[in-house]
Amino acid sequence: MAALHFHNVTLGYDRHPAVHHLNGEVASGALVAVIGPNGAGKSTLLRGIVGILKPLDGSIHLGLLDARDIAYLPQSADIDRSFPISVFDFVGTGLWRGTGLFGGIGKAARAKILRAIAAVGLNGFENRPIGTLSGGQMQRVLFARVLLQDARLIVLDEPFNAIDSKTIADLLALVKHWHAEGRTVLAALHDMEMVRTHFTETLILARGPVAWGPTAEVLTPENLMVAMRMCEAFDDSASACAADDVSSRAA
Amino acid sequence: MIYDALIGPFTEFEFMRRALAAIIALALAGAPIGVFLMLRRMSLVGDAMAHAILPGAAIGFLLSGLNLFAMTAGGLIAGFAVAILAGVVARSTGLKEDASLATFYLASLALGVTIVSIRGTNIDLLHVLFGNILAMDDQTLLVVAFNATVTLLVLAVIYRPLVIESVDPLFLRTVSRAGGPAHLAFLALVVINLVNGFQALGTLLAVGLMILPAGIARFWSRDLTVMICIAVVVAALSGYAGLVLSFQTRVPSGPAIILVATVLYIVSVLFGRVGGIVRQMFPGRHLEA
Repeated sequence: MAALHFHNVTLGYDRHPAVHHLNGEVASGALVAVIGPNGAGKSTLLRGIVGILKPLDGSIHLGLLDARDIAYLPQSADIDRSFPISVFDFVGTGLWRGTGLFGGIGKAARAKILRAIAAVGLNGFENRPIGTLSGGQMQRVLFARVLLQDARLIVLDEPFNAIDSKTIADLLALVKHWHAEGRTVLAALHDMEMVRTHFTETLILARGPVAWGPTAEVLTPENLMVAMRMCEAFDDSASACAADDVSSRAA
Repeated sequence: MIYDALIGPFTEFEFMRRALAAIIALALAGAPIGVFLMLRRMSLVGDAMAHAILPGAAIGFLLSGLNLFAMTAGGLIAGFAVAILAGVVARSTGLKEDASLATFYLASLALGVTIVSIRGTNIDLLHVLFGNILAMDDQTLLVVAFNATVTLLVLAVIYRPLVIESVDPLFLRTVSRAGGPAHLAFLALVVINLVNGFQALGTLLAVGLMILPAGIARFWSRDLTVMICIAVVVAALSGYAGLVLSFQTRVPSGPAIILVATVLYIVSVLFGRVGGIVRQMFPGRHLEA
């Protein structure tokens, strides 16, 4: 059973593709690492999956999932850290699906929020304003919110950037726990060692897909070289993509 | 003696009681809106909107006199027209949104003043620009109270998405579609409260009773709920003190209210518990952890 299907997906900005003609599917319960050089389209692909970015071409199917079954942890979260909100309340927004506009936060929900905060190792931080947290602590808070979202598909965009090794170890344990619970997890990553040891499946992206499959088979020096060479071409006067013409003529 | 100065005017004169009731209604609804304007870094947008809604309110004023319903409707139409036009120009030309908003609100203000001065008297113009809370009649008072009630109800409905949208808009987009409607409803509340403040403070100062208390609250608390409570109390207090000041001296009521709030603001900047200047100069010895 696939959680995600990509049908000839092209995603991009202002007609310029950042992800080019991607096909394939992610099995339900898979633990997938998306790797590739900067500008390879990793973030763009994840934004497409979450639905923030509409494909320029092709389509992404969510299988049996609803758009709200996805928890998304963006790279540079657009979070206004100066806003006066406590860690407890902020993590609590992860319960939105259950509470919506008016649903109360009862005793059970409060206990759940406290458990999520404890699970990321932030006991005692409940009443701290989010503006007083360090980068690593904030990342823990964001993981706690994902935890509460209780989503079938979890999408993490470079979740371990600028995070110390202790925090990485803690958060990685959470990711593996989600995998063990049968959730589908996609993560954009840069650390090849981490991908090799912890992620079962890997997609190497360099605008187009370079290789996709079991990590041990995909993560080869040759594939990585190919990915590095694919330039970050952005041509203002690029003509319409020929591959599209071919496929449309074929159809 | 103190009784005569502080409570006497209100027991003695009905217009003072009406003014006080109006100012409390304005404080209850306007101050929370002001807190959100400040936290969303939209303080000056509120100010610009106050000018932008003038022509609409002026047309309503000329058609039916000082009827707050007509002025509210006109103000809402003008406010949204300016907001949408500014957005359209910004999006279709690459001009930044604040620059195009500035153009439209200035044009709107000029148009509004022109309309009022061609069709009305100079007294009307002064009235629209600076308000006169002491001339509040029963009907107007009811409209002010009605608008305040609507504001509080709508704010209760959109509170949660509004807070989340202010902190983490991307997250709200991934879990709900409530963000856009909540933002629009919030803008409508801004306009309603600006128009509401017309009668009391006039177009130029209406935004003052929203923004100044919010700015003050920021210096005393790091908690949103507490901030809103402080802002409401400060707004009501400034209103009351301004009315007393205006009664005892010859200072017009609108400016008196805003001046009192300004004094409170200066005190807060100096002595505020959260980031006040004195507190920063003498923070005390650093803590253990």
